[in-house]
Amino acid sequence: MNPTMTKKLLLTLLAWGIALIVFFPIFWMVLTGFKTEGEAVATPPSLFFEPTLAGYHEVMARADYLKFALNSIVISFGSTLLALIVAIPSAYSMAFLPTKRTRGTLLWMLSTKMLPPVGVLMPVYLLFRDMGLLDSQLGLTIVYMLMNLPIVVWMLYTFFKDIPKDILEAGRMDGAGTLQEVLYLLLPLTLPGIASTGLLSVILSWNEAFWSLNLTTSDAAPLTAFIASFSSPEGLFWAKLSAASTLAIAPILIFGWLTQKQMVRGLTFGAVK
Amino acid sequence: MATLQLNNIVKDFGGTQVIKGVDLEVKDREFVVFVGPSGCGKSTLMRMIAGLESTTSGEIAIDGQRVNEVGPADRGLAMVFQSYALYPHMTVEDNMGFSLRLAKVPRAERREKVLAAARILQLEPLLDRKPRALSGGQRQRVAIGRAIVRNPSIFLFDEPLSNLDAALRVQMRIELARLHEELDATMIYVTHDQIEAMTMADKIVVLQDGVVEQIGSPMELYHHPRNRFVAGFIGSPKMNFLEVEVRGADAEGVDVALPGGDCRVPVAGDGVSAGDTLTLGIRPEHLVLDEAGPLTGRIQVIERLGGVTSLYLEHGDSEWILVADGNVAHRVHDEVRFTFDPACAHLFTADGLALAHLTRHPLADIDRKENRASSASDGR
Ligand SMILES: Nc1ncnc2c1ncn2[C@@H]1O[C@H](COP(=O)(O)OP(=O)(O)OP(=O)(O)O)[C@@H](O)[C@H]1O
Ligand SMILES: [Mg+2]
Repeated sequence: MNPTMTKKLLLTLLAWGIALIVFFPIFWMVLTGFKTEGEAVATPPSLFFEPTLAGYHEVMARADYLKFALNSIVISFGSTLLALIVAIPSAYSMAFLPTKRTRGTLLWMLSTKMLPPVGVLMPVYLLFRDMGLLDSQLGLTIVYMLMNLPIVVWMLYTFFKDIPKDILEAGRMDGAGTLQEVLYLLLPLTLPGIASTGLLSVILSWNEAFWSLNLTTSDAAPLTAFIASFSSPEGLFWAKLSAASTLAIAPILIFGWLTQKQMVRGLTFGAVK
Repeated sequence: MATLQLNNIVKDFGGTQVIKGVDLEVKDREFVVFVGPSGCGKSTLMRMIAGLESTTSGEIAIDGQRVNEVGPADRGLAMVFQSYALYPHMTVEDNMGFSLRLAKVPRAERREKVLAAARILQLEPLLDRKPRALSGGQRQRVAIGRAIVRNPSIFLFDEPLSNLDAALRVQMRIELARLHEELDATMIYVTHDQIEAMTMADKIVVLQDGVVEQIGSPMELYHHPRNRFVAGFIGSPKMNFLEVEVRGADAEGVDVALPGGDCRVPVAGDGVSAGDTLTLGIRPEHLVLDEAGPLTGRIQVIERLGGVTSLYLEHGDSEWILVADGNVAHRVHDEVRFTFDPACAHLFTADGLALAHLTRHPLADIDRKENRASSASDGR
């Protein structure tokens, strides 16, 4: 075997190893969801067992899954839409009308992601309380939008940067104003990038738990709160918790699987071309 | 009707002047070519005319109207980019009709105009294709078609042919010349290519470092370069230069010392006196092999192109290029003698300015129209 083959083999094994490590907890969770509470905590863990839907029945009986799911959908897609609406103009101005401070602004925006969210929980909570946004879809949508904005702006900025300047200048010569330039040239040209940015934002919002647990109680609670409601003070019921978690991640898992081609294409957009 | 005037225009990019006060007058239907070394500001000047770049100071006027504050789309210009800059997500038809779509021209009328332009450029079979499914030459034609559809009064071309291969370049060059006749529009053209500049231009503008060195017809620049830079830039291979000492000078000519004897160059010698050092300039094609010639050189390299042969000669520390006919039998390292007609020689003072020739070359003021059959008579 020649060295490049060996290297390839090792890399493939490594990739499979990492994939397995990442995938195993999810696999185990799905498995546990079909066990009885007794089997779920058995040591050594049982791999072969009689699958039961008891956990799911109980979960569905105890909470209104559809309401939580609907909240998740509204909030994650809503916040993504809002983030794109805000981010497209800002990324446009940073990519095409840069100033001396553009680079710094971008870095500063990204640096806010390094701030622990709990650091701003108090002010946000008080603001929301006074504005009546606690436990509302709108409130959570706004928070998620702000949470993802730095990443969305940054990604759109890099996609916009990749558009040849000549094409936009040709558009200006043809009589396109800024709005027409964006609608007819920029957006169609960067659609793969915008789509993958949107997908990423949806996924990040879907999985967010800190803000949803702290800012919602029942009306606007998304699926992350749904999961949390099964880790009750009376003790953990692993089978039920696993069933609830599986229900919570199922939609986004399917969504991600359906759009993974688009995701990969968008995220490598520009790099390959 | 479309004329263009540039009055002392300046472009400053954050402290560095790139265009340093350019004056230019372009007449209606004229074909003006900008040439100059890389980085001299050709593209910047063109982009300022287009309105894509702001003007730091000075005035740009189209048809006598100041347009400094007018946006690029409203100056009545169309520009063809070196990179073609086609919209990759649109078909050829949509590319060409984009300006009309923005101007809210009804669909039927739009299609009619696009078809008319496509017919001129033989693009009809390609109208439904996307740019990525076109060859370089076809893309170039679409870019030109997009300009034609706008029916501009002035066309701007920034090195439009530089991405094409040699054969296609020749073909497109002729096609552009034909287009100029057919459209009767004013055209401004940037190129690196000597042949494009010499064959297409009514007027060549030679730029160096943001300054206009000379403006004139191709033959005028060739026969009467204003200074040493223009003399060296126009013509290929480059003009030969040799430092010479003046023996005597008057208004009727200047006598200079050459290795094999003196020579009288018929240029106005006012202000020059014996003992001065001047630079003699002779084009390679004006040097003639001659057993009795006053100049000698040893052949270093021979380039045989078939029809003509270039000889690279060395004599002491001076180097010469000589273009002879294709049948020269000399070998490398041969010692050859050569001469030239003094009327073809140029003399430059120490600050690079040319001494004026006593007689103007008969072709220096020739009109482009005399070189080309007009569209009416060539049977098209
Ligand atoms: N946006 C800009 N900011 C700063 N300097 C610039 C800018 N655009 C061009 N320049 C400078 O202006 C000078 C002229 O550039 P320009 O593109 O006009 O040259 P050019 O004659 O078209 O060259 P080429 O033949 O290589 O295309 C160059 O030195 C270039 O670095
Ligand atoms: Mg250029």
